Amino acid sequence: MTAPVLRVTGLTKVFGAREQEALRLAGEGLGRDEILRRTGATLAVHDVGFAVERGELFVVMGLSGSGKSTLVRLLNRLIEPSAGTVEVEGRDLRALDDAELRTVRNEKISMVFQHFALLPHRTVRENAAYALKVRGAPAAVQRERADWALETVGLIDRAGARPEELSGGMRQRVGLARALAADSEVLLMDEPFSALDPLIRRDMQDLLERLQSELAKTIVFITHDLNEAMRLGDRILMLKDGRTVQLGTGPEIISAPADDYVADFTSDVDRTRVLTAGDLLREPRMTARLGDPPGEVLRRLGTAEANGVYVLDGDRRVAGVARDDLLARAVQEGRDALGPRELVPDYATIGADRPVVDFVHLVGRHTVPLGVLDDDGRLLGVVPRAAVLDALSAVPARGRRS
Amino acid sequence: MPHVPLGRWVSDLIDWLLATVPWLFDAVSAVMSALVEGLTDLLVTPPPVVWIVVFAVVALLLRGPWLALYTVLAFLLVVSLELWAETMQTLALVLVAAVIAAAIGVPLGILAARNRAVSVVVRPVLDFMQTTPVFVYLIPAVFFFGVGVVPGVVATILFAIPPGVRLTELGIRQVDREVVEAARAFGARPGQVLREVQLPLALPSIMAGVNQVIMLALSMVVTAGLLGAAGLGAVVVRAVTQLDVAAGFEGGLAVVLLAIFLDRLTGAFGQRAALSRFRAARAQRSLRDREPAAQAPVTGAAPAASPALETAPDR
Repeated sequence: MTAPVLRVTGLTKVFGAREQEALRLAGEGLGRDEILRRTGATLAVHDVGFAVERGELFVVMGLSGSGKSTLVRLLNRLIEPSAGTVEVEGRDLRALDDAELRTVRNEKISMVFQHFALLPHRTVRENAAYALKVRGAPAAVQRERADWALETVGLIDRAGARPEELSGGMRQRVGLARALAADSEVLLMDEPFSALDPLIRRDMQDLLERLQSELAKTIVFITHDLNEAMRLGDRILMLKDGRTVQLGTGPEIISAPADDYVADFTSDVDRTRVLTAGDLLREPRMTARLGDPPGEVLRRLGTAEANGVYVLDGDRRVAGVARDDLLARAVQEGRDALGPRELVPDYATIGADRPVVDFVHLVGRHTVPLGVLDDDGRLLGVVPRAAVLDALSAVPARGRRS
Repeated sequence: MPHVPLGRWVSDLIDWLLATVPWLFDAVSAVMSALVEGLTDLLVTPPPVVWIVVFAVVALLLRGPWLALYTVLAFLLVVSLELWAETMQTLALVLVAAVIAAAIGVPLGILAARNRAVSVVVRPVLDFMQTTPVFVYLIPAVFFFGVGVVPGVVATILFAIPPGVRLTELGIRQVDREVVEAARAFGARPGQVLREVQLPLALPSIMAGVNQVIMLALSMVVTAGLLGAAGLGAVVVRAVTQLDVAAGFEGGLAVVLLAIFLDRLTGAFGQRAALSRFRAARAQRSLRDREPAAQAPVTGAAPAASPALETAPDR
């Protein structure tokens, strides 16, 4: 489990005759345009390296011409790399002969295409079974696996149809079923949802997230849409002119874009869907515990310039909120320990993994800031209203550049 | 400017071939004449009505009742013109030549689509074959095979090969790149990609090529009549030499009737792949909507076949 399923190092592709010279110039750090001018060769991908763990959804993100489509085809050698290595489960693909490579493609790596690439003269079921047919599996096995895959993508009732009878979203479900039926560990997805209209794209993203939570494939997902990248990707590799610009999680890229190119993208991203409560939380200024003396808590409130405080039980779970007016009355009435009578439910909490869009309406409505809880209901921290506003209004780099 | 003796080189080459491998030409000659004569006998021996019924049934199955009706009327007209035997001789010659031309042209087209070098070499050769005046083919054909039906068949084959090659290559090259890529990405061997993806998807184009091969072969047989090949070509040539307008018109009309029959029939091959898919889709829809399937596939396909005919007869 510890070794990555897919490991890529120094992956480079040059299209054109003077490959070696172009490689040398690329090694000296020259840009794509300069190399094209000097050698007539196109540097499509240069020195890209990453490792994808089992069950990880790894996104490669870039504009058209950034080399992302070439990159994904280097991973199964549909395009022959000029330099670098691609290892799948520890085997270097470039060391394989043609027959071995075909076996790996058939059993270890499946691909989903932008324009679906289904066989128009075959039925949906036959398309889904394609990898098994190539493998020479018995007809019964082909049918069983294909039907399982079609069931998984919710298309089993159209198994006898031809691709042309289906809508775009349905066709891509067939494309997905074809990849799943092969039962391969690695899934390469080349802009699989780019050709679909937005509502269908949303459905397909939901489907992929659901599948991924059940099947935990090792996925390399290509896209030019950063919102899609942020939504689906565990980690994102930003590609520009064939080179890696940044590699990190969505929130990392949003909060610290590596350069203007990335910053340009992130300015268009819907931050409320990317940033989570966990990204925004901070230590509460103060907390109180059940049993603390009300007088002391009231004094600390004064120092902290706050009107209320979270009161926690022994497990750091939220028991309630102690408000200054109730504390003052408790002191007047001579009670010496915080108990249920001093607490009010004047607060709201949210799970750490929830995006801003899910809790923005709760922020700032209570005496205390929004509480962020871990999976066991313990208080991790708080999100003050200012923190949300700050995160949503930050437009890094773009303002500076213009 | 000295004269480059290109023509002499070519005729020297032909002399050398004749002297070196005479057995090759004898063998080709024997096979060709056996094929044409066998097929002619088969077509001419039974009374015309037998074959007219067979042709009509084939037309009915491939295209529908209208072509079947045309077939009956057209061939009855041919019989009444007393050109039945000649028409069948021509049909035999066309079929033999077209089958051989397609058998050479289609594989060559596949090769050219898969291999750049082959494509680069084949293209100018095809240009040469298509633009060389028809009669120039006849000269070496006569040298190699004498007079009669064989040189006519050979010249016809050479003349009819190019569209088979071109449309096959074009069809395979036009297959969606991503679909071919998908087959490779799932581990298909090159042969599997060809058989399961490229050929089925290129089939309409390949069949359009076969249709063209047949039409070109038919347009060539009249010229082959000059060499003494029996059939409608001989009828027309005789009419021309005797300035017999009536016989010339009747012979020419029989050629046209045969051409329309063959074109409509083979035009159907090209659409059958697409058609059967279309029909399947319709059937599926009509099952859902509980609508009877209309006969649109049959009538909808007819116009597409006519351009093929327009290019052929005046070659």
